[in-house]
Amino acid sequence: MGYVINRLFQGLMVIAVMAVLVFIGVYAIGNPVDMLISPEADQAEITATIARMGLDKPLWEQFLAFLNGALHGDLGTSFIYNEPAVRLILDRFPATLELALAAVLMAVVVGIPLGVIAGLKPNGIAGRSIMTISILGFSLPTFWVGMMLMMIFAVNLGWLPSTGRGQTGSLFGIEWSFLTGDGLAHLLLPAVNLALFKTSLVIRLARAGTREVISQDYIKFARAKGLSEPRVILVHLMKNMMIPVVTVLGLEFGSVVAFAVVTETVFAWPGIGKLLISSIVHLDRPVIVAYLMLTVMLFVTINFIVDLIYAALDPRVRRKESA
Amino acid sequence: MTTIPATPMIAAAPAEVSVETPAARLVRKFVANRLALGGLIVFVLVALAAILAPLIAPQNPYDLAVLDIMDGSLPPGELSGDGKPFLLGTDEQGRDMLSAILYGLRISIGVGVGSTVIALTIGLALGLFAAYSGGWRDALVMRLVDLQLGFPPILIALILLAILGRGVDKVMIALVALQWAYYARTVRGNALVERRKEYIEAARCLGLPYSRIVFGHLMPNCLPPLIVVATMQVAHAIALEATLSFLGVGVPVTEPSLGMLIANGFDFMMSGRYWVSFFPGVTLLITVVSINLVGDHLRDILNPRLQK
Repeated sequence: MGYVINRLFQGLMVIAVMAVLVFIGVYAIGNPVDMLISPEADQAEITATIARMGLDKPLWEQFLAFLNGALHGDLGTSFIYNEPAVRLILDRFPATLELALAAVLMAVVVGIPLGVIAGLKPNGIAGRSIMTISILGFSLPTFWVGMMLMMIFAVNLGWLPSTGRGQTGSLFGIEWSFLTGDGLAHLLLPAVNLALFKTSLVIRLARAGTREVISQDYIKFARAKGLSEPRVILVHLMKNMMIPVVTVLGLEFGSVVAFAVVTETVFAWPGIGKLLISSIVHLDRPVIVAYLMLTVMLFVTINFIVDLIYAALDPRVRRKESA
Repeated sequence: MTTIPATPMIAAAPAEVSVETPAARLVRKFVANRLALGGLIVFVLVALAAILAPLIAPQNPYDLAVLDIMDGSLPPGELSGDGKPFLLGTDEQGRDMLSAILYGLRISIGVGVGSTVIALTIGLALGLFAAYSGGWRDALVMRLVDLQLGFPPILIALILLAILGRGVDKVMIALVALQWAYYARTVRGNALVERRKEYIEAARCLGLPYSRIVFGHLMPNCLPPLIVVATMQVAHAIALEATLSFLGVGVPVTEPSLGMLIANGFDFMMSGRYWVSFFPGVTLLITVVSINLVGDHLRDILNPRLQK
């Protein structure tokens, strides 16, 4: 219990520090009048907004007002859409979540078998080619691969649609693309594109895990016991190798969401990443601030959950922290 | 004291009696891997092409006087109005793509290498400072590192560029801010191990000044793992700069890097004029892959845990 409180406290600290940094970035480094008031506003509007937003007050009072708004889920109103920034982002979040989950699923399904093969035969032809492919996967710029996928499969071959989410189906009151055939066809290319980098990562983790586990005594024992090789690999090896893979993937999920910015821009996928880029281009600062604060909270939540699962699985972590 | 004394390697293999110097052994091991050697050769060629761009490029792609709109959107290999071939085609303004790529490479590699060197210096200084002073100073630097590494690089870069605006200098600032934490952490971890070793103790017993122990003895021995991280980071920085410029938040239109060239060609690609985007992309890919091949192999040969 003490461990849980400790972690929760640390997470809240990170959110508080990020709130201060975002506040300093928007209010102190840049000119808040330029950043928070639409460039099209005239002088009377500017004066009115400065007074309404309290920009003439001392900085610490402004910070308290910003914090107060943030705690009530109010991070300002978008200039472009004239809607609360938080709602804009929450409306688009399911699209990004769906894309990110599809990408992680693909990375696991493709990456783990390849990584195990590379780990079992590190010096064989298959092992070496898989590792070379994974270097390529790390090196290929995501946006360029996305453009090439689009050019080949959407423009030249015409097999798949190039942009958008397609038809969506409704589940729990939220629209999802994976529920319809048309939506799935739209999801395929962006998901492959976003999965590329993480697949390379999974291959490396699975390979390293396999190499480490394969030399353990319990694997030798399982073989000596006369178990068939597929059983040794699929049961004894996989079970032990998956722990680091799952941990890292859990921690990396937030970065998949962040990296979706690139894929969403290429494929015009209507998620939060595309919203962020258009907000930066159009200087829609309240949306940028809201995106940052919500992403920070997402990250802290993910880290918190992974920490808890870790502590539940490994009592040593708990004892070390409370000691 | 400017050369790197490879004490850790000798310490790692005390039984091996060899007349080969550590540096020569490093070179022999590196050359043994053909893929890594190929990567190094390709990268040197790419870097030379970037440095010599004004001398070898067929035209200055940003001198509007030499551009002829009549040469616009020519496919690769086509001849210009006055009979010169455009090896990689032209863009819609009649700009030779080969020249644009060579000039773009200068910006991409310059930003990548430049930001890495600056970040390396800052990270090295802060890492050594944290490891050597310890206590709350160490804790402060390391919490900052943890905070930053907890978030994906692209997110931090987007935050910084949203605040700072576009520009080559601003992209450099963002890339430095992203990278220093990796170096600081690597250096600190290494320095904590190294400072307990006998040669540091010996230097202390000799009464050498603090600065000489840190910069003359401790720092050179922290460098090998840092070189590996730095090599990989140059590739990351180049790829990230391209991504940011593609997203429209990186370098300005007047100083187009490879990422910018790719973004410019995006619309033409859909109408079948693939070369405007394709060749800058291939150039970017070749550059990043060659650096990663070198870095990957360097890591294998410099990692004492993988040495027999």
